[in-house]
Amino acid sequence: MWAQIRSNRIRSVILVGALALVLVLLGYFLGEAFLGSGLWGLIIALVVWIIMNLIAYFQGDALILSISRAKKIGPNDHPRLWNVVEEMKIASGLEKMPDVYIIDDPAMNAFATGRSPKHAAVTVTSGLLQKMNRDELQGVVAHEISHIQNRDVLLMTLCSVLLGTIVILAWYGSRILIFSGGSGGRRRSGGGGGGSGAAIILVVALVLAILAPIFAQLIYFAISRKREYLADASGALYTRYPEGLASALEKIADSTIGLHSANQAFAPMYIANPFRKEGMSASDLTSTHPPIRERIRILRSMAGGASFVEYNKAYQKVRNNKQNVIPASTLAVSAAMVSTRQPEPAPDQSESEQKIDRAREVSAALDKLHKYTALACPCGTAFRIPPDYKGKVIRCPRCGRDNQIMNK
Amino acid sequence: MVGLIIGLVFAVIVLLLIIWLFATYNGLVRLRNQTKNAWSQIDVQLKRRHDLIPNLVETVKGYAAHERQTLEAVIQARNTAVSAIGKGIGEQAKAEGGLSGALSRLFAVAEQYPNLKANENFLALQEELSSTENKISFSRQFYNDSVLQYNNKTQMAPSNIVAGMFGFKAGEFFEVKGEEEREAPKVSFK
Repeated sequence: MWAQIRSNRIRSVILVGALALVLVLLGYFLGEAFLGSGLWGLIIALVVWIIMNLIAYFQGDALILSISRAKKIGPNDHPRLWNVVEEMKIASGLEKMPDVYIIDDPAMNAFATGRSPKHAAVTVTSGLLQKMNRDELQGVVAHEISHIQNRDVLLMTLCSVLLGTIVILAWYGSRILIFSGGSGGRRRSGGGGGGSGAAIILVVALVLAILAPIFAQLIYFAISRKREYLADASGALYTRYPEGLASALEKIADSTIGLHSANQAFAPMYIANPFRKEGMSASDLTSTHPPIRERIRILRSMAGGASFVEYNKAYQKVRNNKQNVIPASTLAVSAAMVSTRQPEPAPDQSESEQKIDRAREVSAALDKLHKYTALACPCGTAFRIPPDYKGKVIRCPRCGRDNQIMNK
Repeated sequence: MVGLIIGLVFAVIVLLLIIWLFATYNGLVRLRNQTKNAWSQIDVQLKRRHDLIPNLVETVKGYAAHERQTLEAVIQARNTAVSAIGKGIGEQAKAEGGLSGALSRLFAVAEQYPNLKANENFLALQEELSSTENKISFSRQFYNDSVLQYNNKTQMAPSNIVAGMFGFKAGEFFEVKGEEEREAPKVSFK
């Protein structure tokens, strides 16, 4: 079953190779056009790329987490989330418990970071924690953990760095080409009016500078969309409960709140596109994520099983084609029938009571993370006092009693 | 000259065969270790459940002392499960199934005590225990997946040749056959 990682690797290597080829061509022709030497262009492109890769590899996850203002939690800060992550860590056979982060944001989203299964983190927004029940949360976390288990995070980092390098080179290259009128090319031919060879190189460089980012982006999107389907399939398999993830995706699709702290470059890492617009068509090439309604339909079409084989069948049925979304070599070795489990028993609370409980749980976790002091008034009112509150006494708005704040 | 070519071809074939042998052997070892590791994961979770139960029983006692029968059944099932450690997969699975049944009965009883249900300590224990229950079934699931993968490799051609040569034996699935678990009462929380 886990052989899928290896067979995927080959396909990914081909796509990454295609991206790298775009970079090499761009570097070479821009070099020819400005420096009179394709080789130097190539070397500059590769050096830029290597430096960016090193930064992304060693600092990428820290960068993303700090940009999105994620806060790390421990087992007691939000026990339900911690337990769900640990359950999925066990179900997927991940070797190490990933770090768990919360983003204080009403939008519903989640992402995985980290260069390897040993250095990984799962991040969810507080909005997600408030609105999802346990089965749905489990589905989302399973999806993220399978991104880690399938080495998607590293692949996507590698690809986004390649894409970033291509975009930067093309941007500067095309500006200089346009505004200098290709003086570099003329200098090379010794001011002799410019040979036709130099002119051709100029045109090729300009065309590449314009087209390369577009090509690169299309390849990038193709890789990332395939990964989403795979992560959904693994999520269903790990939880043995496709409906959990389906219902979670449905809640996300129905929500209208966008994520504040999202960044275009990291979009493929989220469970659902943080910049999505409604009504995206299935053939949309410029999306990092497959249409969310289609993902829900596939998960719900899985006929009473949770295996890769069932997911693949459901995919073919919904997409109405014969394409395999899961590599044939994986399908051959995975069990055809994996039965699903029962949903968690519903607690004897109404849906709105559960929502209130979950909201309390999340705000308690966030207050703890922001170092708020908890205080209870004898009349039964509970306070949480921010760390920058200067006073020593706080008046209870309900009974008017003055309460001393401890350790002030 | 012809002899040299034949010799070279032969050498290449032998080399490829040796590489394949090493790769298959290592693959088998990796899978066997994975099943062993998966098994120890189940043990970790079972141990965690054993450790949580005395605490739970104490908490429930404070609110529902006269449910002695249910409480004693839980303690009894826990002790049976603890003593079944190391007696083989079948025995252990049966004892743990019994414990799951006794626990679900205890939680069903707890439903009748609103004060107990509002107790923070009880709520935290309930979350821990139900999550541990999940973790047990997920680690069992991963163990069985690993065993299936390992057994496939030991039984399917051509890797079964290597498995036979070095004595890789098929693993045993963790199946819950305990009477208690199968008859666990369906609790309605409505």
